[in-house]
Amino acid sequence: MQTIDMATTPLRELNSTLQAQAENTNQTDWVIENPKGAHAVAVGLDAPIEVTIKGSTGYYCAGMNKQATVHVTGSAGPGVAENMMSGTVIIDGDASQYAGATGHGGLLVVKGNASSRCGISMKGIDIVVHGNIGHMSAFMAQKGNLVVLGDAGDALGDSLYETRIFVRGKVKSLGADCIEKEMRPEHFELLKDLLERAGADAKPEEFRRYGSARKLYNFNIDHAGEY
Amino acid sequence: MCGIVGLFLKKEELRPRLGDLLTDMLITMTDRGPDSAGIAIYGDETGGLKMTVQSDTPEETFAGLDAALTEALGQKVTMRIIDTHAVLTLPKGSEAEARAFMAEKGIRVMGTGETMEIYKEVGLPKDVAARFDIRSKGGSHGIGHTRMATESAVTTLGAHPFSTGDDQCLVHNGSLSNHNRMRRVLTRKGFPPQTENDTEVAACYISSRLAEGANLGEALEGALEDLDGFFTFVVGTKNGFGVVRDPIACKPAVMAETDDYVAFGSEYRALATLPGIENARVWEPEPATVYFWER
Repeated sequence: MQTIDMATTPLRELNSTLQAQAENTNQTDWVIENPKGAHAVAVGLDAPIEVTIKGSTGYYCAGMNKQATVHVTGSAGPGVAENMMSGTVIIDGDASQYAGATGHGGLLVVKGNASSRCGISMKGIDIVVHGNIGHMSAFMAQKGNLVVLGDAGDALGDSLYETRIFVRGKVKSLGADCIEKEMRPEHFELLKDLLERAGADAKPEEFRRYGSARKLYNFNIDHAGEY
Repeated sequence: MCGIVGLFLKKEELRPRLGDLLTDMLITMTDRGPDSAGIAIYGDETGGLKMTVQSDTPEETFAGLDAALTEALGQKVTMRIIDTHAVLTLPKGSEAEARAFMAEKGIRVMGTGETMEIYKEVGLPKDVAARFDIRSKGGSHGIGHTRMATESAVTTLGAHPFSTGDDQCLVHNGSLSNHNRMRRVLTRKGFPPQTENDTEVAACYISSRLAEGANLGEALEGALEDLDGFFTFVVGTKNGFGVVRDPIACKPAVMAETDDYVAFGSEYRALATLPGIENARVWEPEPATVYFWER
């Protein structure tokens, strides 16, 4: 196991070291100490390594992640796992605004709450939030799955494309063109797998599914007022 | 951008460390606001009213200022000079007369209060904090701001905190969109903002509501109704400390609470140096939700 102490190692050096790990590196376990809310910790990784960040991080932690598993033992600031391509990011505490924004793949797990705009414009990432999510989550979300064990804030899934949203708790309000849909067998299956991988203690039967009504896909003069 | 820090102590023992803790918090927010910085400190009562004034030419302006004001008021005034600022202690009840005196001499009044002193200048937060020796200042609570100007010029008067009532101050991250209309409304109500700055309008709004008898929580609820735009506000009163974010809540905010203090930071970085932060309750304040503490 390699340990990097951010009290003595500059951020750029830390990130270059992690980014330099090859596909077949033997140094697969990394521990980062004293993040103290620093920005852009463990970004742009592209190797199957496991990085544990002991404490809380600031903006854009684990952005653009590929293959790596990044585990934050505290909370994460805005834009955690933004544009993630693959791999896994786990936040033990809360995540601030736009967690998992524009993510193309991989799994983001938030064990606490995620605030506003969680999964905004997500493009294939799976996000599982054990707590609640804030307003405007999954805005213009295109692909992937957003699973929420708690409640969702206002305007969930506004202008949604093909992301599936599963919420166990209450939804304060649905955004434009987002509707509740039936849970079919394939959704129970999908949800079971996601909950297991996210270490979430919940049953697929407890969730409701929300998706796009597909009415905003193309311009329609009758809907001019809704654009 | 802009950075905000705030610390409201719950235990007397921490009072001597207030300025030191706030200075570290303020410096971590330098990259959110390197233009100018300011800090309001709620220190000890003196039995009189503290008036913090500022001058770009302190040596000339402050020379004999206490004697001149003593003569004008016919009552004893004492003065402490700290760099470009001076804190004058006046007899209570003489504020209006002292303000008229300062206006006539062209001296800027930063704020007044029984406990509050306010220091703000253009420059990096670490330099501003050092010039006013913020580290040495004790007190019950304090609010600091690092500014990246968007709505008005980078000047001392444009720096935060804004104080528009005794022992009241407000700092802001964001920009208001209805400040011109509110400026007219507040001017008619007798709370005219002195600058073109949008944040001062918010400060005047809170002062007007408090003067009308609202408590801090009610005044902040009112801000959600009447002020339009982006904001995270942190507000101080003699005994209170409040926080409110607009309903969209783009402007970042983190809070922490322990048995010893309530703390606010634009980012977690600002809180990371506080004692006992590892075990504090840390959370992101909800949009359009008022938080306030009073002692």
